[in-house]
Amino acid sequence: MGNLKEFNVDGTVYTTELTKKFENRKPWVRPNPKHINSFIPGTIVEILVKEGQEVKEGENLMILEAMKMKNQIKMPFDGKIAKVYVTEGEKVPNRLLMVEIE
Amino acid sequence: MSLKRNILDLRKRKEKVLQGGGEKAIQKQVAMGKLTARERVTSILDEDSFHEYDMFVEHEARDFGMEKKELHGDGVIIGTGTIYGEPVCIFAQDFTVAGGSLGLMHARKITKIMDHALKMRVPLIGINDSGGARIQEGVNSLAGYGEIFFRNTLASGVIPQLSIILGPCAGGAVYSPALTDFVFVVENISKMFITGPEVIKTVLGEEITMEELGGAKVHSEITGNAHFYALSEYECFEQIKKLLTFIPWNNTKKAKAFPPKPPRPEYKIEEIVPSDPTQPYDIRNVIKSVVDDSDFFESMENFARNIVVGFGRMNGETVGFVANQPLVLAGVLDCDSSDKAARFIRYCNAFNIPIVTLEDMPGYLPGVDQEHMGVIRHGAKILYAYSEATVPKITVIIRKAYGGGYIAMNSRHMKADFMFAWPNAEIAVMGPDGAANIIFKKEIMAAADPEAMRKEKVAEYREKFANPYVAAAKGYIDTVIEPQETRNMLLHSIEVSSNKVDSRPAKKHGIPPF
Repeated sequence: MGNLKEFNVDGTVYTTELTKKFENRKPWVRPNPKHINSFIPGTIVEILVKEGQEVKEGENLMILEAMKMKNQIKMPFDGKIAKVYVTEGEKVPNRLLMVEIE
Repeated sequence: MSLKRNILDLRKRKEKVLQGGGEKAIQKQVAMGKLTARERVTSILDEDSFHEYDMFVEHEARDFGMEKKELHGDGVIIGTGTIYGEPVCIFAQDFTVAGGSLGLMHARKITKIMDHALKMRVPLIGINDSGGARIQEGVNSLAGYGEIFFRNTLASGVIPQLSIILGPCAGGAVYSPALTDFVFVVENISKMFITGPEVIKTVLGEEITMEELGGAKVHSEITGNAHFYALSEYECFEQIKKLLTFIPWNNTKKAKAFPPKPPRPEYKIEEIVPSDPTQPYDIRNVIKSVVDDSDFFESMENFARNIVVGFGRMNGETVGFVANQPLVLAGVLDCDSSDKAARFIRYCNAFNIPIVTLEDMPGYLPGVDQEHMGVIRHGAKILYAYSEATVPKITVIIRKAYGGGYIAMNSRHMKADFMFAWPNAEIAVMGPDGAANIIFKKEIMAAADPEAMRKEKVAEYREKFANPYVAAAKGYIDTVIEPQETRNMLLHSIEVSSNKVDSRPAKKHGIPPF
């Protein structure tokens, strides 16, 4: 038997091996509506807003090019841009925090 | 020409084709640690049993300089032969000829042998070693893949289809193996992916090697695309031959019977399982303690290890085993283990193999990731597969059978033919700890010493429900057996099920939660 650990199912603690897949699972975090994350890996080709700028819902924040598509990243609600974490030309992975709204 | 000259001419033509892609290409193949396509075919088949067809096929491509290229056999070898004296159809892509790329004629050769295998009701063995679609042939090569996938689907559940990945198998090419029953991979040689590392790097900026993306280990441990993993091509061929001893040649036959043998004496069934239901043990030892010669041939050994599936023999006849593995994740059901078990159950049912289920599981794996990955629809596959199966179905509850898992693991309610339980079996909605915490919540909270009260209530629940007799009183369990009676009860129940007739409503097909 390999590396035995304690493992709780419905209140009972079992002694068992864990799998790599189980140990590497991502913990769930509640999405923050004020955070705009990339939804696909790609390149930021254009940034249309500045930090501190007031932006209306639906306005374009930036263009994220991925799989030869220029995706418009839009403002989810009226608000002020707190911080922009990416720069033009930057390659971004999936789920990277790009913009924070105040 | 005289006949003699004609014969000499034929021999010359054959010799030319037998060179495949030529000396240099063969050297390259060998340098990659790979056998040639012909060596592979002859190593798998009985000696001197291989007969090749379509040797003189030529491609018809006329663009991009292809008209000047002579591609021997169009990069694939097809034929028939025998394994242990029984007929099989086989094809092997030849990487030395244009990288084993798939063009129109290459695909036609494969579909020809597939049609033959289906018509003759014999297993089809496919050796994949190909760079992918032959780009110069455009949509014709895509058409070729489509024709192959269609035939894989037609043949599914009629004849065994085995795919051996002995080289790259990328893009559309991966879907033929994925549609077949068993996929074999070899360390350092097999590579399967939809989009390769180059594309991933250019488009997404993620750097990964072919091995890390879709190597043999990845597919046998993470994705579950592969069923058998070997360290060398020869080991892989042995696995193929061994598998073929366990399965029937088509869906109207039974697997070949072998002389019965007792299990080996070192597997002592009463000494394997700890009585404390929270303590681990390797369920494979229980299987080995009941099968002939303790010979258990496991499929998907390294994927979703919390469930074990594979073949063994009882009194010389093939039996499929599905068993929770308390050694890994306490034997819980989750998305992956449900997929693994459901597919195996369907295989056994399609090919007339009785299913023995050994149950020892605490429930489903809790977690947001599991719920969001769809453990509901994945878990439902097991219910579906067991319910639709009409082959003999026997369950032995070894220790724990809690909650949804009790229902799913071939319970009486899924129409198990025989339900046995060991005397230490606990059949309940959940483990005593969880159950006591809910039922006696008020008493526990109101107690002067809640922990002592909790312990008392857990013991009370265990005493009352954590045994096989409540289920036996309702007839959900046919009989409670001593562990050492397990093999005899299985042998007997399989024997009396040998003429089982069971049916399901006529339909075009069901709609399983794919």
